[in-house]
Amino acid sequence: MRHRCLAILLCFCAAGWSTLPQAAPAFPDLSGRVVDGADLLPASTESQLIQKLADHERATTNQVVVVTVDSLQSYTIEEYGYQLGRHWGIGQEKRNNGVLLIVAPVERKVRIEVGYGLEGTLTDALSHDIIQTKILPQFRKNDYEAGIVQGVSAILEVLEGTYEPAKEKGTLSLPDSFNQMIVIFIFGLVIGEFLAMTLRRSVSATIVWAGIFLAAGFIAGAFAIGFLAGMVGFLFHLFNGASGRGGGGYGGGYYSGGDYGGRSGGDWSRGGFSGGGGSFGGGGASGSW
Amino acid sequence: MMAVILSRVNTGKAALTLLILLLASGLTGCGINNIPTYDETVKANWSQVLNQYQRRSDLVPNLVNTVKGFAAQEREVLTAVVEARSRVAQTTLPKDILTNKEAFQQFQQNQEALSSALSRLLVVVERYPDLKSNQNFLTLQSQLEGTENRIAVARRDYITAVQQYNTELKTFPGRIWRFILYSDYEVVENFTVSEAAKEVPKVQFD
Repeated sequence: MRHRCLAILLCFCAAGWSTLPQAAPAFPDLSGRVVDGADLLPASTESQLIQKLADHERATTNQVVVVTVDSLQSYTIEEYGYQLGRHWGIGQEKRNNGVLLIVAPVERKVRIEVGYGLEGTLTDALSHDIIQTKILPQFRKNDYEAGIVQGVSAILEVLEGTYEPAKEKGTLSLPDSFNQMIVIFIFGLVIGEFLAMTLRRSVSATIVWAGIFLAAGFIAGAFAIGFLAGMVGFLFHLFNGASGRGGGGYGGGYYSGGDYGGRSGGDWSRGGFSGGGGSFGGGGASGSW
Repeated sequence: MMAVILSRVNTGKAALTLLILLLASGLTGCGINNIPTYDETVKANWSQVLNQYQRRSDLVPNLVNTVKGFAAQEREVLTAVVEARSRVAQTTLPKDILTNKEAFQQFQQNQEALSSALSRLLVVVERYPDLKSNQNFLTLQSQLEGTENRIAVARRDYITAVQQYNTELKTFPGRIWRFILYSDYEVVENFTVSEAAKEVPKVQFD
């Protein structure tokens, strides 16, 4: 039975079998590094941006594309964004190092969509920071041009490792000091314990008690020193925390570019531009105004 | 070499097997490899789903601690998040989770419980302007948003992959390939939209 089925099946093999088509938004064509579908940018700004983005790709292979759209076709900008990135294949195929800055003025939404490969550099927190501090203030003044230009600059700065996020305010310095205190505590305890062990092992039975007392002394001493050091550190942080910057919540910020030999995609040398086959998984941040 | 092989062939079945092997290289276009290939895609996408859920689960303790610093009186909501998170973290997933309907639904329920607890927490947070302007909290919140979005993408990719795989198992010619070669491949579970997710969140102004 199986063999007969197989024979029949083999007869059908000359023909190819197609796969099911997937429902997706209708995407604009990738006409260049700046796809200004909503017509927000004057031609001169557009060409400056294109130049900047092309230079960046030449140096780092990262592909950054600006896209403005008339309509998100009733998708959310998050849904639209990652699918557009995949559709265009922004970023090099092996590195997935593409970034999209998507602006939808009708829906009043903006999104930085980050390819898999850059999620560690251009983190969600940094993308959020760029949108909130560089892009949205300009957009709220209806200055789309300035918002986009500043947003792109900030994105490139992050990718090149020179971006300074907005001044942090109200960072909690308390947990840091507590952690330090605990570490010093434990350190003191371990040292005290270790010394006590050495003592106990080397002395004869008559001075064991002395050893134990010594150990207790050491432990108590270490405890006190640890506590004092902890308090000093705690107070230091308390007063220092008001002016200085607290613990960083931002994970990215290293320079991942450099001199790469072979480039797999992005045919920019001939003037045209195409995606290198990079993929997206929903990294980045969105905002609205 | 061929002669050696042929001399050992004594049944029609073996000869046919050989025929299959010889033809196999030319048959890749007609879907002989589809079932295992799609199965691998399903597994890869499932790993991505787990990966993103894990990422969310890892964010929760930090988030809870930060919120506690400003809104410790919201004990009920905070406890709900912590409990939902520990349920997610403590459940060990069986190896056959993808084909085990019960375990799969349990997994989905646990994750949804955490989703709704977290969204309730974020609603409550609106009442604390100090917390909302805290840089630590803003960072965590944007990370959580990003992670929720990644989860959504990973789930959608998984749904598509499962759809393709299950369709291949059930339709011609995949159905026949399964019958002949891949009888141990089973239909896998897919995500469903829960009742809770369908509910539109209520916004109250008072």
